Amino acid sequence: MYAFTYERPASLGQALSLLAAGGQAFAGGQTLLASMKQRLLSPEQLVDLSALSELQGIRQSGDSWMVGAFTRHQEVAEHAGLRAALPGLAALAAGIGDRQVRAMGTLGGSVANNDPAACYPSAVLALGATVHTDRRQIAADDFFQGMYTTALEPGEVITAIAFPKALRSAYAKFKQPASRFALAGVFVAQTAAGVRVAVTGAGNGVFRHAGLEAALSKSFTPEAVADVVIDASELNADLHASADYRAHLIKVQTQRAVQQALA
Amino acid sequence: MNTSMPVTLTVNGQAVTLEAAPNTLLVQALREHLKLTGTHVGCDTAQCGACTVLMNGNAIKSCNVLLAQAQGSQITTIEGLASADGALHPMQEAFKACHGLQCGFCTPGMVMAAVGFCQKNPAVDAQDVRHALEGNLCRCTGYQNIVLAVQQGAAAMKA
Repeated sequence: MYAFTYERPASLGQALSLLAAGGQAFAGGQTLLASMKQRLLSPEQLVDLSALSELQGIRQSGDSWMVGAFTRHQEVAEHAGLRAALPGLAALAAGIGDRQVRAMGTLGGSVANNDPAACYPSAVLALGATVHTDRRQIAADDFFQGMYTTALEPGEVITAIAFPKALRSAYAKFKQPASRFALAGVFVAQTAAGVRVAVTGAGNGVFRHAGLEAALSKSFTPEAVADVVIDASELNADLHASADYRAHLIKVQTQRAVQQALA
Repeated sequence: MNTSMPVTLTVNGQAVTLEAAPNTLLVQALREHLKLTGTHVGCDTAQCGACTVLMNGNAIKSCNVLLAQAQGSQITTIEGLASADGALHPMQEAFKACHGLQCGFCTPGMVMAAVGFCQKNPAVDAQDVRHALEGNLCRCTGYQNIVLAVQQGAAAMKA
């Protein structure tokens, strides 16, 4: 890694000043440090967000669960309230990376990075969550803008994400076995307003699938998506999986997620 | 710019303050500053788990954590498991008894991941262990005995 300076501000205000001056926000570091070792990134200053109480905690707020941006994956996975209300979200967190990564990695870090194969963006998008930042609230449908790109402005920090309760939710991931990122991951959420389906790992970034949503809104069963056509033309192809294979996986993972949601 | 900064933490029960550059990884601090070379560096990309140590009771990969992130924390390495009189930790005993190692390179990480998991989950079956060790690779592929050892170690830790 290149040399850098390191700050751990004690207040959100201090953190925002440092970020406005060009610092790089640093949460659990599970992606950022690897990227810095590979010299894909060379920030001059890391601004460690771990001491900010504004980014901590999991609480219920009306019909939503507010999860602080600095919540580690392990905390989401083990939280009794979330496991009961949003089992898909808790199960997703329990399957990110491995135990060691889950003990460090954070919700905000994953969502701000928006890796096209990360798990969390699919839950945020499928549940129709709202991303709260230091300056505004952003609907999930407006937040994710393709590979590693989000609506966040330079220096803007996610403080929490509000996940509305769903009638049912589940996540099914087909893993790339070495990295444990999603080759294709599908989050299914059944809400009062209909079914939302978000796909990660298969495309340029997380996306919703209108055909799957329409079929599942009509009938929330694994069989309902059997005839839905998944267009492979905009999906990723690499040495791990062709675009056609990913298209197939999307349907299979959707069916598995629906099965889990109904179980 | 890379001037050193003080970081205070507790390693195997001993309070230490290290003066190190901000880009010092926790594993470098353990191996190079504190000479605790039981923690191994395998892949340096957070995949193999050889560098696993406990931070505040959680197994973490010390090649993917900055020393600065360990400020104020309790770190336990493989050197911190045995008693002062040399008696092995039950998990170490179980790895020895079950021949849960071949070349031994992955073993410190395996043992620390297993201890971290079993401290929180006292009742474990083989499937639980395989899931829990997902982040630890054994290039000798000696997983069968590792899984046996962790189950035996878990039972001994409970006793």
